[in-house]
Amino acid sequence: MSGVLVILQQQTRNGRSACTRMSWEALAAGQELAARANQPLLAAVAGGAAAGLSSEFQQKRVDRAYVVEHPALEHYTADGYVTAYEQLIRELDPSFVLFPHTYRVRDFAPRLAARFQQSLIADVIGHRFEGRAPVFVRQLLQGKLNADYTHVGGGPCFVSVQGGAYHAETLASGSSEAEIFTLWLESSQIRSKPGEPFRMGEQTVDLTAAPVIVSVGRGIQEKENIPLVADLARAMEAELAASRPICDSGWPPMERGA
Amino acid sequence: MKIVVAIKQVPVRDASVRIDAAGAWIDEEGLSFEINEPDAYALEEGLLLKEQHGGEVVVLCAGPDDLGLGQTGVVLAEILGIPHATIIVQVEKQDGSIRVKRELEDGWFQWVEMPLPALLTIQSGISHLRYATLMGIKKAKTKEVRRVSENELPMLPASTVRLQRVYPPQKKKETQMISGTRAEAAARMAEVLKFELRVK
Repeated sequence: MSGVLVILQQQTRNGRSACTRMSWEALAAGQELAARANQPLLAAVAGGAAAGLSSEFQQKRVDRAYVVEHPALEHYTADGYVTAYEQLIRELDPSFVLFPHTYRVRDFAPRLAARFQQSLIADVIGHRFEGRAPVFVRQLLQGKLNADYTHVGGGPCFVSVQGGAYHAETLASGSSEAEIFTLWLESSQIRSKPGEPFRMGEQTVDLTAAPVIVSVGRGIQEKENIPLVADLARAMEAELAASRPICDSGWPPMERGA
Repeated sequence: MKIVVAIKQVPVRDASVRIDAAGAWIDEEGLSFEINEPDAYALEEGLLLKEQHGGEVVVLCAGPDDLGLGQTGVVLAEILGIPHATIIVQVEKQDGSIRVKRELEDGWFQWVEMPLPALLTIQSGISHLRYATLMGIKKAKTKEVRRVSENELPMLPASTVRLQRVYPPQKKKETQMISGTRAEAAARMAEVLKFELRVK
């Protein structure tokens, strides 16, 4: 058992496909871990056969890259992804499996880890080494506490990393050719029928693309105070955003959830 | 239709949390607990489904402690061998199946259909929680509460994740209160944004 396997997430929105920024942050975490543990860095991305996934690795330095392709993976399902990545992990036998902590990863990674009798150490904000073993840090009780977790026993250690905890800019560049990983998957193994993703109402903002965000929380108190902050955002050429409870009230709509 | 709602007790939201002497967990002495807020929405959704389609709501609570890894639902689905869907904002029961609306990233949504039985994790804030009436509280007291002890359960595999210690986070963020008249405060804020935080 050796290797740090990073599972990347490709997303298709409005007909465009690309690996998400958080995927590259997870790869940056993987690079650090692999270097320190002196293990090869492996990366994989799954999707439908025509998604052009292999181009994702052209400017990245990884030891081995895998494209897990299957027509049944064209639309995300937990059953499809768990089955596919279970086969890849059994084949590669890595020591660590890293994910970006996205909504999608929250949906399938705990189940994938459980299939290996493992627990996912989820939403990690950093790590350090104690001797040869990494210690992973995550937050508890709405960030009131930090907690240190270690992996014990055999089997791969599954970890997902919080967005922004590692920096995609630190990623060493290079060039990697991806191998196609052939998997055995029948459509009957996928029990859920996913529909096309959609937005509610017209999209007016993409926060992930905004260079500066001005975000409000409960401290804004009243809907009438929103224009104050909206003015500030406009003056700074920033996008207005808000925390979950504020968006739940619909003051700025959900698409402005920070 | 039987609807099982798994809930959990957590320290009240604004509780000041102390760490125990060993630094291994929180000191639970004198701490008040409440239902985990997202779990209340799961319970509400269960009650709404029962009201629409009949059946029974069974509430399940494991405890007292766990590692707080926040993935009980999905892991439970794997152990039970049933399909699951997470971050659900709407549930429509159909004949032998269920149609649910999932929240994806960045304001995207998706409908997913699954055969029953299925496991759902419910997004917070999707409905208005009902208030417990006095009558309801009285009636709840007459419901059977069955305690299942550890030795009635099958042997669990040893945990592969160990919580070593808990500690207060080192605060990197710093709050600066800007006071003065509106004009003064605005000028000072512009200065901070421009020269200290270097936004643009």
